[in-house]
Amino acid sequence: MPTQKTLAVTGNTLVAEAIRQCSPDVIPAYPITPQTTVVEELAKFVANGRMHAEYVNVESEHSAMSAAVGASAAGARVATATSSQGLALMWEELHIAAGLRLPIVMFNANRALAAPINIHCDHSDVMGARDTGWIILFAETAQEAYDNTIMSFRIAEHPEVLLPVMTTADGFITTHSIDRAQIMDDETVAAFVGDYEPENALLDFGKPVTHGSFAGLGGPYFEFKNSQRMAIERARDVVKSVGAEWSAITGRPFGMVETWGMEDAETAIVVIGSTAGNARHVARGLRAEGKKVGVVKVRCFRPFPYAELAAALKGVKAVAVMDRSESFGAEGGPLFLEVRSALYDLDERIPVVDYIYGLGGADVKIELIDRVFADLSDIASGTAAPSGLVYLGAR
Amino acid sequence: MTWDISKIDEWKSDEFPRGAVIPDSGNSRDYVTGGWRSQRPVRDDAKCTQCLFCWIYCPDSSVNVADEKVTDFNLNHCKGCGVCAQVCPADAITMVPEGCELPEVK
Ligand code: SF4
Ligand code: SF4
Repeated sequence: MPTQKTLAVTGNTLVAEAIRQCSPDVIPAYPITPQTTVVEELAKFVANGRMHAEYVNVESEHSAMSAAVGASAAGARVATATSSQGLALMWEELHIAAGLRLPIVMFNANRALAAPINIHCDHSDVMGARDTGWIILFAETAQEAYDNTIMSFRIAEHPEVLLPVMTTADGFITTHSIDRAQIMDDETVAAFVGDYEPENALLDFGKPVTHGSFAGLGGPYFEFKNSQRMAIERARDVVKSVGAEWSAITGRPFGMVETWGMEDAETAIVVIGSTAGNARHVARGLRAEGKKVGVVKVRCFRPFPYAELAAALKGVKAVAVMDRSESFGAEGGPLFLEVRSALYDLDERIPVVDYIYGLGGADVKIELIDRVFADLSDIASGTAAPSGLVYLGAR
Repeated sequence: MTWDISKIDEWKSDEFPRGAVIPDSGNSRDYVTGGWRSQRPVRDDAKCTQCLFCWIYCPDSSVNVADEKVTDFNLNHCKGCGVCAQVCPADAITMVPEGCELPEVK
């Protein structure tokens, strides 16, 4: 019988609990703000015997992901966590983990990248890793970070997928604020996640295999990449079904795309992560004034839910995309590029405006979201033309 | 298990082992890597003292030995690096320009 406890906790505490409950065999990790309390907790769990994992203290994130790749190829269930510069330092191993089809689960505390030096929230780190072949989940709250992390192990290890999963939460806002959330009992999580049965474990001496082989000029590198694409496409259904299964146990909804007020919305904001709460807060106020506004939150960024997104936005008159990261020189931020591409398949042509916001933890004030909805209302009524990219609230 | 790669050129993307794993051991000798050699070692049996230096030094294990005697070179894997010729104390190995076809090994 699943039993849940309601706690007042930070996102990081809950993520550490989720990882403990999923019983990874190996945790190679290096601390970095604002992920640090996750790996501190995990190290404590191991030291206190609450968790039977091999905790590997490494000298950098490059080594953390290298050790994760090695341990996963050896046949272990592997979890780690990082943030910002740490994720950037892992870059080459991120590709290797995905290419070798190793179901590593990594938590990322979303944080800006230098320069200038900044330790606060934005999505530059994760978005920089969006083409590495990892499945990427975003959380709005500590609760979602917990749920996403537990689901990540099932998604990663699913035989139709076998890809690494990055489960993320907004640095400080979600990782460090005390939030009200529910934690499931250990047994229910263990039963939900199950055991990992690796197919090609290096430590299975009865069945010698090679990981990390060469497929160079004239070799099947191209075909391997095609099979990787097939796997992440198959992950769409797996993300949905694992989400539905966890939802049935917890009573909390999960969607690759989650909507608020979209049944009859005329204008909508598309957003990722913690700012979804600000957007809904403003939207609720506008609804009370009779304005038909909605909010679309993207919870799974890779694979990108383009069909779900197009279905959610069909029929609206103007869309604002809120990007908490840059794609310098592109027409908009990473989310904008995905959203506008997803809308191309609709018959109608919906104006889409991109708002870059909150970089380096810049405050996302209610007035700023007010302004976005006001702009949308002008575009929808034809009194203003859609603008180009806007740095929301920049002086 | 014997991994049959005889039809590898016809495999579709999803027929390759996942993650480029090689699901068997001892098959690197089936993989011909000597294709880019530009010169090959030729051993003069009359000069050779069978000291086995070439066998010890070859970085590609391409000096074939039987009954503790060098027989020939494994040209499927020899890279033509010339290390064997360099270390041979009897000057028994000459590097000659390559121009031959490699035998097809699958
Ligand atoms: S040329 Fe180099 S690779 Fe070839 S047999 Fe001599 S030492 Fe080995
Ligand atoms: S190093 Fe020269 S002399 Fe010694 S075994 Fe090889 S070919 Fe013969």
